[in-house]
Amino acid sequence: MQSGNPLLDHLLRRAGFGASAADLQAFSGLSYSAAVDYFVDFEKQPDDVDSKIGLPDYVSVTTRGPFSPSTNIEDARQRWLFRMVHTRRPLQEKMALFWHNHFGVGYSKVAGAVGALVGTKMMANVAGETPGPQGHYELLRQMAVSKFRDLLIAVAQDPAMLVFLDGRTNTKAKPQENFGREVMELFTWGLGHYTENDVYAAARVFTGWNLRNVPGANGNDPAAYQEFIYNAAQHDTTAKTLTFSVAGSNTIPVRTAAAGIQDGIDLITTLANHPETARRLARKLWNFFVSDLDAPDPAFVEAVADVYVRADTDMRAVLRYILTSRWFTNPGNFNARYAWPAEFVVRTIKEMGWTGFSVDSARVPLTNMGQTLFEPPNVAGWQLGRAWFGTGAMLARMNFAATLASNQKFNLARSFSATERAQADRVLNGMLQRLAAAPFAANETTELLAYLNAGGAWTGSDAQMNAKAPGLARLIAGSGEYQFV
Amino acid sequence: MATKVTRREFIRDGVAAFTLSFAAPAFLVDIARAQGAVSRNLVVIYLAGGNDALSTIVPYNDPFYYSRRPAIAVPAAQVLQIGTDGSGKALGLHPRLTGLQTIFNQGKLAIIQRAGYQNSSRSHFQGTDIWGTADPASSAGTGWLGRYLDSLPSPIDPLAAWNTSGATYRALTGNSISVPSITDPRNYSFASPNTGAEAINERNAAIRLASLAGPERPNLAFVNTSAMEAFATLDRVGSVVSYQSTVTYPNNGFAQALRTVAGSISKGIGTRVYWVQTGGFDTHSGQGNAGGGGYANLMSTLGDGILAFYNDLQNQGLLNSTMMIQFSEFGRRISENGSQGTDHGAGGLMMAIGGGVRGGIYGSAADLNPRPDNPTLENAGGDVTYETDFRSVYAKVLDGWLGTNSTAILGGDFRANGPAFI
Repeated sequence: MQSGNPLLDHLLRRAGFGASAADLQAFSGLSYSAAVDYFVDFEKQPDDVDSKIGLPDYVSVTTRGPFSPSTNIEDARQRWLFRMVHTRRPLQEKMALFWHNHFGVGYSKVAGAVGALVGTKMMANVAGETPGPQGHYELLRQMAVSKFRDLLIAVAQDPAMLVFLDGRTNTKAKPQENFGREVMELFTWGLGHYTENDVYAAARVFTGWNLRNVPGANGNDPAAYQEFIYNAAQHDTTAKTLTFSVAGSNTIPVRTAAAGIQDGIDLITTLANHPETARRLARKLWNFFVSDLDAPDPAFVEAVADVYVRADTDMRAVLRYILTSRWFTNPGNFNARYAWPAEFVVRTIKEMGWTGFSVDSARVPLTNMGQTLFEPPNVAGWQLGRAWFGTGAMLARMNFAATLASNQKFNLARSFSATERAQADRVLNGMLQRLAAAPFAANETTELLAYLNAGGAWTGSDAQMNAKAPGLARLIAGSGEYQFV
Repeated sequence: MATKVTRREFIRDGVAAFTLSFAAPAFLVDIARAQGAVSRNLVVIYLAGGNDALSTIVPYNDPFYYSRRPAIAVPAAQVLQIGTDGSGKALGLHPRLTGLQTIFNQGKLAIIQRAGYQNSSRSHFQGTDIWGTADPASSAGTGWLGRYLDSLPSPIDPLAAWNTSGATYRALTGNSISVPSITDPRNYSFASPNTGAEAINERNAAIRLASLAGPERPNLAFVNTSAMEAFATLDRVGSVVSYQSTVTYPNNGFAQALRTVAGSISKGIGTRVYWVQTGGFDTHSGQGNAGGGGYANLMSTLGDGILAFYNDLQNQGLLNSTMMIQFSEFGRRISENGSQGTDHGAGGLMMAIGGGVRGGIYGSAADLNPRPDNPTLENAGGDVTYETDFRSVYAKVLDGWLGTNSTAILGGDFRANGPAFI
């Protein structure tokens, strides 16, 4: 839904998932900086979205037995989609999605190793819903705008990560390189800043960062879980030499087994604080918040990296800077990013409507669009930008628009006043106001109007509205213009 | 001159020079199908994650294979023996690869040992990109298959290639082509909130709307092109849904993707290059050995799926027009880690399968003794050094199978010393 203020609409699409009519009310009368504060200081809004699940006036979920999003991955997917549609803290969900892509942990490998029940808990358990630590996505959500260093330490000790990158089996006799490599290649500063031998040393640094299994009474017992332990007996206490300085020296010193966890804390601290990590995150944030049509502006990268370092890796400070920066607010960057499938789906639901619609109906389409939540293709996350738009994926977007438009047929048809219905161009304008696509060119608007007039003179009758309103909604939401945020 | 003749044959046999737009007359589609049915197909099989070549093709008489892999080595008594390579090393297939053994015994499986390149990247992402660009110096830019597709006579059929995976790959990236990603033909249809004439109005409007963005709006045009290509290929892809295979394929994603490819080849819809991937090869842990564990399951998936596809094509007389080539981004470390797994290594394994393949074992196995002067190892004896440049395999496929000029596609002459598997 367009507010009439293009900058606010831009903020709503990028820092959130677009706006329903009700969402817009929260922003009426707010200055831009106040709107940014609303997003960034999201803890001032209640975290009550889960309590709305199952209530009328909200998008539905589909239950197969009790709704169990902490222990059933399909339900976890539904809960996340529900939150994206209805959260009062849009930036929190947006950053959880950003971090999910950044850390790339996939459910299948985790569940393959520990079973579906404990695997789902590792991905999505809400603390207190079942025993054991919160799941990976809950961690990302809780630490969405915390200091990156703290987030990285928490992720390194996150059970899902310890399964996904095999840290649980990293022992001093046989170090395991998987996490040691990716923490440098993907999570922090990237290729070019370290050597193969640094990878082998990093593997030894994290020896003993393992899991403890707390079994349930049986295989279906939701009380079962695993949790992080530092296993001192499995830590390699010898010195580790690197090509870069960690805590003031290229050699991590010999430590007692009991104190050995400090090796990993020091390495993560070094990596997280490093200006190259700051720049790499800045480039990813450019692509996420500013544009993925244009390469990151070097001035942006340096400015954001500077804020990151000065703010001691605090992501809230970084995000506030970005959202008020001249790059973000530049109208040339409005609609300058390809929408991720989850963004497309959620915005379509918010703008077309959801009465009688279940987010469960979006799960398979999302997979066909190339984005199954909790299942990035690998630890590097999804391929972004143009890579989202294979023909099959684009067809899935068009078909999701058709499915939802069909589901919302009567709501769409009845949303126009008698005055609007009287003229086809008024219906078109109303629908373009409702579905906030990037601006259409004049010849495209003409084409949309031609569709309304195709097959018979415009009368605005109920029968005509019932056919044309969903048809038009589907054409707009399935258009190229709507695939940008 | 030989290249020129081949090129002409290729144009005669290929899916030729016209666009099958949505509005293409039916007779053009018929011609494409007729041509497609007799053209040569290439099926590229990517084992995602870095396949542990030493578990696929086991050097079962090398004592260091057993001393360096006490937990995960495949016992010599269990391997499926395939003889010795040129250096006299005895080799055996993983015991779950009975499907590949069958094909090997028919002389239609070429095993290309120690394929790779100098200074092999240990990164999944950089490594996969390098195998895609076919340029070890650059992991960015177009891919070798994309450049091949770009070289086809213009305008290029949007279905000239078909990626059965949802992800996009560097290898398939071209300058003027975009390869459709179609994971399941059953989902590949046009949905509408309306029916009858109104649905047709809507579909026509969607097609016209997608055709209006010009080059002055390249990003929008890119998205619209995907939509246009979907509209242009709906009917042909849809025809694959009714395919009745001659064998029963295993019920997993890999085998079902191969079944779809067989359907497409059988229906002759005109596609020449297919991309099929199967994952799970990043076996840092839980690799197991011959008796079971993660790797054994991967081998069953691989071997059983390929055999079903092979038999299905053979039953229909299509084997001689189809070639599979398999690769992975790197081989794995020789010594196992503490997780019954292996970490990222270097030289890997390629395979070629098909009616036109000259089967056998190409190249020599590494000597796994980590002595300093062992030329077949690198990284202080930790990894296998490549012997066959992967680009020489690509060159053979491009020249000998696809009938194009590999030097132009690969940006260099890699034909010398390549394995003669075609």
